[in-house]
Amino acid sequence: MSNFPYLLSLIMFTPLAGAVILLFVNKRNEDTIRWIANVTAGAGFLVSLPLWFSFDPAAAEYWHFVERLPWIPSIGAEYHLGVDGFSALLVLLTTLMGVIAILSSWTAITVRVKEYYVFMLVLQTGMIGAFVALDFLLFFVFWEVMLVPMYFLIGIWGSDNRLYSAIKFFLFTLVGSVVMLLGILAVYFYSHEVTGVYTFDITQFHELNMPFGLQWWVFLAFFLGFAVKVPMFPFHTWLPDAHTDAPTAGSVILAAVLLKMGTYGFIRFSLPILPEATVAFVPWVAALSIIGIIYGALVAMAQHDWKRLVAYSSVSHMGMVMLGMFALTPVGITGSIVQQLNHGISTGALFLIVGIVYERRHTREIAEYGGLSKIMPAFAAVFLIMTMSSIGLPTLNGFIGEVLILQGIFVVNMWWAAAAATGIVLGAAYMLWLYQRTMFGAIDNPKNENLPDLNLREWATFVPLIILAVWIGLYPKPFIDRLDTSVDHVMSRVDSEYDAVNAERSGTAAPVALARGGGSDDAGAPVRGGAR
Amino acid sequence: MPEGFSALDFYYILPEIVVTGGALVVLLLSVVTPRRDDVLLGVSLATVAAALYWVAAFAGLDVTASKGLLAIDGFAAFFKVVALGSAAVTMLMSSPYLRVEGLRAGEYYFLILCATLGMMFMASGMDLITLFIGLETMAVSFYVLAGYLKPNPRSNEAAVKYFLLGAFSLGVLLYGMSILYGVTGTTSLEGTAAALAGQESGPLLVLAVVLVAAGMGFKIAAVPFHMWAPDVYEGAPTPVTAFLSVGSKAASFAMLVRIFLEGLPSLGAEWTALFWGLAVVTMTVGNIAALTQSNLKRMLAYSSIAHAGYLLMGVVAGTQRGVAAMLVYVGVYLFMQLGAFAVVAAMRRSDVVGDELKDLTGLSRRSPMMAFAMLFFMLSLGGIPPTAGFMGKVWLFGAAIDAGFVWLAVIAVANSAVSLYYYLRVVVFMWINDETAPASSPLVLGPAMTAALVVAVVGTVVFGLYPQFLFASAEAAATAIEGLGAGTSALR
Repeated sequence: MSNFPYLLSLIMFTPLAGAVILLFVNKRNEDTIRWIANVTAGAGFLVSLPLWFSFDPAAAEYWHFVERLPWIPSIGAEYHLGVDGFSALLVLLTTLMGVIAILSSWTAITVRVKEYYVFMLVLQTGMIGAFVALDFLLFFVFWEVMLVPMYFLIGIWGSDNRLYSAIKFFLFTLVGSVVMLLGILAVYFYSHEVTGVYTFDITQFHELNMPFGLQWWVFLAFFLGFAVKVPMFPFHTWLPDAHTDAPTAGSVILAAVLLKMGTYGFIRFSLPILPEATVAFVPWVAALSIIGIIYGALVAMAQHDWKRLVAYSSVSHMGMVMLGMFALTPVGITGSIVQQLNHGISTGALFLIVGIVYERRHTREIAEYGGLSKIMPAFAAVFLIMTMSSIGLPTLNGFIGEVLILQGIFVVNMWWAAAAATGIVLGAAYMLWLYQRTMFGAIDNPKNENLPDLNLREWATFVPLIILAVWIGLYPKPFIDRLDTSVDHVMSRVDSEYDAVNAERSGTAAPVALARGGGSDDAGAPVRGGAR
Repeated sequence: MPEGFSALDFYYILPEIVVTGGALVVLLLSVVTPRRDDVLLGVSLATVAAALYWVAAFAGLDVTASKGLLAIDGFAAFFKVVALGSAAVTMLMSSPYLRVEGLRAGEYYFLILCATLGMMFMASGMDLITLFIGLETMAVSFYVLAGYLKPNPRSNEAAVKYFLLGAFSLGVLLYGMSILYGVTGTTSLEGTAAALAGQESGPLLVLAVVLVAAGMGFKIAAVPFHMWAPDVYEGAPTPVTAFLSVGSKAASFAMLVRIFLEGLPSLGAEWTALFWGLAVVTMTVGNIAALTQSNLKRMLAYSSIAHAGYLLMGVVAGTQRGVAAMLVYVGVYLFMQLGAFAVVAAMRRSDVVGDELKDLTGLSRRSPMMAFAMLFFMLSLGGIPPTAGFMGKVWLFGAAIDAGFVWLAVIAVANSAVSLYYYLRVVVFMWINDETAPASSPLVLGPAMTAALVVAVVGTVVFGLYPQFLFASAEAAATAIEGLGAGTSALR
């Protein structure tokens, strides 16, 4: 790791540096501002690449690229950064989506250009910081910092109901996170009582064995914070509003990265710090997830607003991610993480797609469109790929995630798997119906007759996503390999027998996670953990 | 020299002597050079700087002076710095404001310095009489300052209201103190603590606690003694409001901590329950009332009431950590609250009063830097990182949890979520509503106002990113209060 000292700080602060530079540019030089923002985002992505190429999944240390400096010694808070396979992938997703979102805004944003890019770049820094922080207080700082730029992005550059949506987004998330803060403080003081040291060190919290009663309350506090962000039914109501009214790039970032904050939080904090409470809450979380999957899909089907439909599909997909995670089997958690990446890719792309037609026609009504495949064939092709990715067609990424999740759930509870499969079927229904209504048929609206197809810049935003979708769909091993230690770490916390079972099996078949999960029904331990 | 006093006693009150001398010089100068506002400002600031120097020189001490009437300790030093700092920022933002309003500067700075003097004695006092005289010195100065806009009926109303209610509340406070004196036979806080140690609390002592708490509750604007605050805050000249809401509140908290934690620790059970209730009611009523305000100064008044509720959490906790957290929050509050009022004061132009929310419309275009500054103050007041307000809140809530008051912390976080709604409304006016605003000229700020804003922004941001200095100072200051417990954590 020593090849890249301070790599994580560099990744984190590159966007912020760009934002600071932008502050000194005259706001009338709009193209200069756009160039600086795009170059910064590109640089941000490039500097994050060592997270892929220099990441050694077999390293002895669990945390990679660790940085540790004192921050507030009085209370034991530190500037402590580090990633494991899971967060490294999420950081890469963030930096990539940052480039794409900023590139997609070139012509879409015409007012207050400078402020827009400043907020976009600050948002990047906040998101990356939250993924790499290994100090709970530092994490919380970044977690809340994200709210402010997103609030402005929706509030200033959003559409019709933007003010309402922006404040709703802000307050929903805020209520969840302040309650979570109390949970963090409870863990902090408990850890002091046990160890005698004041620290917010997440790696130490992962070793805590808190009494069940306290775990139960803290889980509830964390749950409120993370479930709002995911969002889980019934905390999802901010999401359709925020997504619909946000500018395209805002929706892309929101869907691709911000929602992952919630699921990241569960896997990084709730599961390892509060393992017993996690097991106790499994039926409740599973129930809410299943409701979310079915309900989200049904509501999506009833939408006549293109963007709102995609937003509700997010509720459904994220329910799937949560269900896979709370199966508490290695395969389920692996699938959950892979599906988080997939959702970022496909839903991010779907919001870009809506953005493209919205920029041309300034309406999101599905009924206004029809027959677009005849005049925008390239666009229709991209949309088709992303639709297929979203509904889980084999050879594309969504399939891998869904299969892993279903496999993980199935060994725990067949009925959950049945419910999840229903969600997938419904997903295919609303997506294909959307595709049919907008792309096929006759061009019955004269306003659509002269729409230009994708231009070069728009192609550039889609190409990386298509490549990733195919890559994960055909050869997911590099991704899954990186997740092994992360999944093992979480599993060994939530399942006391896991380490023993795992040791017995180590040295068996090749795709480790897959082999392990496939056998876990006869091993019994994870199943019991989940079904209790 | 009276018996028992030595030259050393005068040495220890050098900061206070400097402020008194400076105040008199300002008063004289205002007769000699009545039109040189800049000279008066310079002399006043120099006075504050000199006093700060001496406070800093005494910061490491922990002694009692003047036969035990005054404590020269870290706690006193902390609050003296807060009093002097808020006075300095207030003066900076007053200078352009006085010019716009056409007010005389001499008496104004004199009164500010007198109020500061009172605050310094409130921070140091170890005797009920000393504390009361400090409080009275501060209060009388503020009665006059609140009515400083002579032709403005609202300002007159503010002054009269503040005076009448203030006098009444001081009477209540004195009554409580007299009962304490009757029971213990001493006005010294240490003597009171010693006399009450191990004694059963009776109805008389409970009455004394309630009366003293009510009198102090008025000064910190705790509900239900807050009725004066919105009217006075709205009517008084904006810089005076700023000073009132920061300096006066901080000094009153210092006095409250001295009386209850140092003087009445044996009645802890009684006053903890009392302050628990006051804290909850204060923060809740303050935040809910602030939601509907359309006047910025009134909104900040209610927000300041809510903040008194948060600060009381530190007193309720009653631990070392609780007091330290309260001190941190006072330090943080100094910057964000003064900053917010500085923006309101800067909005005042010859043709605009500038204290309505809608006056902020389009501020992000008229003065981007001021809009960003206000954004930071609002986020900080609401407790959103990376601002100092967040660090302060984390620590206050943490102290409450540590001391076992988990529900108090839960109510407080719910409150801070509610409060974000009205802080964000300010942001909405500055940034979002501005398409409908008529194109208006850029706002230009003078050097003094710029300096005030810069100090406030730097404090708000730097203590948000790197609060170690503030935390360490507050912890050191809190050790001066003796007999505080460690946390009795409820987390087992």
